[in-house]
Amino acid sequence: MHLAAHFPGVNSTTVWTDPRSRSQIDFASFEALARTAERGRFDFFFLAEGLRLREQKGLIHDLDVVGRPESLTLLNALAAVTDRLGLAATVNTTFNEPYELARRLATLDHLSGGRAGWNVVTSSDAFTGENFRRGGYLDRADRYTRAAEFVATARELWDSWTPPEPGRPDAPYGSPRPFAHSGPQFRIEGEFTVARPPQGHPVVIQAGDSDEGREFAAAAADVIFTRHGTLEAGRAFYADTKRRLATYGRKPADLKIMPGVTVVIGDTDSEAQERAAEIRGQQVSGQTALLAAEQIWGRDLSSYDPDGPLPAFDPDPDVRLAQGRVRHADPLAEAARWRALSEAKGLSLRGTVIETTTRQSFVGSPETVAEAFDTFVRTDAADGFILVPHLTPGGLDDVVDRVVPLLQERGVFRTEYAGTTLRSHLGLPHPVPKG
Amino acid sequence: MSATRALHLAAEIGGGPPGFDAAPYVELARLAERGALDFVTLRDSFGRPGPDALAVLARVAPATERVGLVPVVTTTHTEPFHVSSAVATLDWVSRGRAGWWVEVSATAAEARLFGRRPAAPAGELWREAGEVAEVAARLWDSWEDGAEIRDVSTGRFIDRDKLHYVDFEGTDFSVRGPAIVPRPPQGHPVTLVDIGADGDGPRARTAARHADAVLIRARRPEEAAAVAARLRAHAAAHGRAAGTPLVLAAFTIDLGDGEHPLEHGLVGAPHTTTGAGGPHYRGGPVDLAELIAGWHTAGAVDGFHLTPAEPRRDLERLVNGTVALLQHRSLFRTFHPGGTLREHLGLARPANQYASAGGTS
Ligand SMILES: Cc1cc2nc3c(=O)[nH]c(=O)nc-3n(C[C@H](O)[C@H](O)[C@H](O)COP(=O)(O)O)c2cc1C
Repeated sequence: MHLAAHFPGVNSTTVWTDPRSRSQIDFASFEALARTAERGRFDFFFLAEGLRLREQKGLIHDLDVVGRPESLTLLNALAAVTDRLGLAATVNTTFNEPYELARRLATLDHLSGGRAGWNVVTSSDAFTGENFRRGGYLDRADRYTRAAEFVATARELWDSWTPPEPGRPDAPYGSPRPFAHSGPQFRIEGEFTVARPPQGHPVVIQAGDSDEGREFAAAAADVIFTRHGTLEAGRAFYADTKRRLATYGRKPADLKIMPGVTVVIGDTDSEAQERAAEIRGQQVSGQTALLAAEQIWGRDLSSYDPDGPLPAFDPDPDVRLAQGRVRHADPLAEAARWRALSEAKGLSLRGTVIETTTRQSFVGSPETVAEAFDTFVRTDAADGFILVPHLTPGGLDDVVDRVVPLLQERGVFRTEYAGTTLRSHLGLPHPVPKG
Repeated sequence: MSATRALHLAAEIGGGPPGFDAAPYVELARLAERGALDFVTLRDSFGRPGPDALAVLARVAPATERVGLVPVVTTTHTEPFHVSSAVATLDWVSRGRAGWWVEVSATAAEARLFGRRPAAPAGELWREAGEVAEVAARLWDSWEDGAEIRDVSTGRFIDRDKLHYVDFEGTDFSVRGPAIVPRPPQGHPVTLVDIGADGDGPRARTAARHADAVLIRARRPEEAAAVAARLRAHAAAHGRAAGTPLVLAAFTIDLGDGEHPLEHGLVGAPHTTTGAGGPHYRGGPVDLAELIAGWHTAGAVDGFHLTPAEPRRDLERLVNGTVALLQHRSLFRTFHPGGTLREHLGLARPANQYASAGGTS
């Protein structure tokens, strides 16, 4: 079983109103969570990325946690205060160039002694593009084309140094060989400035759920970060993505599937359920509920009572009020789903939002949660989990102190790191350079 | 200029063959910190072997406590938005000790690594570097201090009235903003520009407008004083305060041979050779202390940026020899009285260009 700790990015998961919630930007918070994860012998620490502050109705969204450090810089600093923990950054392929990013990732891999990971994301959003030289130039259809060529190019660069030779102490890192890449997205050539990374290639993670996204992951990724936190959805996703690997000459074990999940622990199952309900209430304030409904209905609902019923009218499917979010594919269908749920369970607008938008994957006593983790992994719903705490930096203390020991007792999770690199934690092969 | 102005010292910790392990960088930065140096720099370019300098200094940050950290960051092929986020983050992880040494990528070989645009002449590159410095400063200001309000009663994490679009339209790029990283601890991390021996060229024009500290290359104190005066006159024309920017004389130091007072050549000898790396001091730590004291008491410069010819050996001799002597003569501090790089340099935390005057909304 593989475990990772997520320090949430721009999000509405973090209960920042809780007095135990510390700074979301000071290094001390990141250091504390990373040290907890390492104490728990986790595979890696994970950071998301948002490149533009989100808006709704033309105004900057002010309810969520925002204001994040830049991931690679932060992870290099965390490399100084951790020894074994993998360090994974989400970095977009649309708003970066392969030479520079390959260099930054290879540098992190060197400075951390082989612990770097890269979550490849593919925003095509012109709204985000307004912060960048090229603007929103990429069609949705082209984003995975660019991502695939981007990752392939980065690997060409990482492969471009000869490995160090035993008899040559004058070149302890090997030496650069010229590279030339020519494809539809990039035509670049020269010499790469960073020696081959300790892992050969930093671990590549993919997050994105469409057919193209899954295909890209099957072809090129080492890990998938998914949203499928239930057993049934997890099994279906697992079977689908693992099946795709053969096409690319890869084995099922070459791609790890790790859903992003939340965990709420109590002394007993019922206590955990109570805490979970309380957390849900904190995550979805009245205003948050109204904004969530506006994203579907495409209309200003600020005069509505969040504790009252859903809007009686149907959404306008053509209006887009929110910028910088993944859009609901079909607002009419989504509204119908909400309405059915509200009627069936007698839920207010806010209650419906709580039901539909918050993911609470594992709730229970330490024993219950350990059993559920194990079941997921044993029955091919996941290879492990990326744990998203609702409190930072202390939100994974419970898991590390109370669940991890049970997993270790069961023999399904390591008690010590066997190797020093992220690849070795994940049981991934060390890539052999081409050419 | 009064000779009582504080002396500032900085050292480069790169040089030598490229290293990709963190340990030697950490060791050198700690050595510089022990000497109470204002900051260390790390050179970088897309065109020669070596790790990403900003990443290295981020790795160094938690392993040091006081010394300033100033990586070279280039502006030609990079995204200004990413640059401003990364430098702001270096300031966060170092708790206010970050700077950036602005450089450009001038060669065709570097341009081919990106395949985005051809190499451009220096005038164009430095005009763009100025635009990047400007948009970075705006992005750092785009979050007012205290924009994170955590107002439980209204559920608002941030006060959106304290966030600002920067709407920068440059010659070659535009940025909407606001930043995604809150305003860094120093407000603006320190901006450093190396103008070389050229007091009026494109580098100097950008530096006069945007730099907090400038490296110059001069062989004699009078020469240095003249360059500094010209630079500050340009800066004043941009409305910048008197004494801005700080001027540091840069030279390479080779302390390998012990005391050779006749060879160092930088004080008054007319025939000092100036290599590709600029003026070169060769001699002992004692004479180097003499040289530094002499230039500084003459009011020629605010301080020195020294690049060891051989990093470990020369930095050690610098700290244990030259710096110790300067401290003994009370010409240089023995500890860092403040916590941030701006405090070391005696630079105020900049006012926020977007903050509403008098606190009215
Ligand atoms: C679990 C998960 C996490 C994601 N995290 C990020 C992120 O941190 N930053 C980002 O820009 N996009 C993120 N994405 C968005 C994806 O990169 C992608 O743009 C989006 O999922 C749409 O792609 P798809 O159509 O393949 O699903 C994430 C997606 C998933 C499923």
